[in-house]
Amino acid sequence: MDLYINIILLALMAITALAILRMTNIFAIVMLFGIFSFLSAVLFVVMDAVDVAFTEAAVGAGISTVLMIATMALIKNQEEKRPLGHRPWLPLLVVFITGAALVYGTLDIPAFGDPNAPAQKHVAPYYLEKSISDTGVPNVVTSVLASYRGFDTLGEVVVVFTAGIAVLILIGGRLTRPTKRRDK
Amino acid sequence: MFIAVCLAILVTMSLALARALMGPTVYDRIAAANVFGTKTVLLIAVFAFLSGRMDLLDIALVYALINFISMVAVLRFVKYGEFHSSPDDDKVK
Repeated sequence: MDLYINIILLALMAITALAILRMTNIFAIVMLFGIFSFLSAVLFVVMDAVDVAFTEAAVGAGISTVLMIATMALIKNQEEKRPLGHRPWLPLLVVFITGAALVYGTLDIPAFGDPNAPAQKHVAPYYLEKSISDTGVPNVVTSVLASYRGFDTLGEVVVVFTAGIAVLILIGGRLTRPTKRRDK
Repeated sequence: MFIAVCLAILVTMSLALARALMGPTVYDRIAAANVFGTKTVLLIAVFAFLSGRMDLLDIALVYALINFISMVAVLRFVKYGEFHSSPDDDKVK
């Protein structure tokens, strides 16, 4: 059953991504970004990566939709006209070659979900066996994030919090000043 | 039983996606995105029962909150054109 849900969700994601590429209406693209983010969040939930799904929904569907809409409010929908004489063939070729090189690079890595991959051999068996008795957290991913690598996560939270405060100081202070409004 | 519900929700999700893709007006797209978020919540809840992982229900709750907040932001933008709309701001402009 998981397989079919995954297939349907991935198909919907592909449709959304192609539509985002083809569209020119910025507002519709922002809405589709939210939908795309919800889809990937469901996919993470189905794969039992609960924390990643939390982050994806909060950042992708929540915060980034708000930020994009705020940016749209600031730029007042100024769309740049497509420059004339734009030839897509050279960029297309470069993209194809880069993509082919990346696909060639993936040939060496172990198959998806391979139990003998080096990533599964290093500390993963220890986490899988001991996480319940060590931490008591039912989800292994959560136990790794919040307990085994708790200080790491705390450091990330501090970094993001500091960045948020810095952005608020830089941008939020300037917006309230009335002098900026006059030169519009 | 749960599988049928799951499939029905997935069909509804694709219908909402189709409306978000085609939707001629802004409100069609907003409604489609909102419906999509709601269906995500439902799908996760049904999937929690389907797979017997009850801790997923908390995530469904959080998604409902996130969906609500982003919809409020989008609707504020559509109505006022910006977020910090107060009478003072309009005067300065």
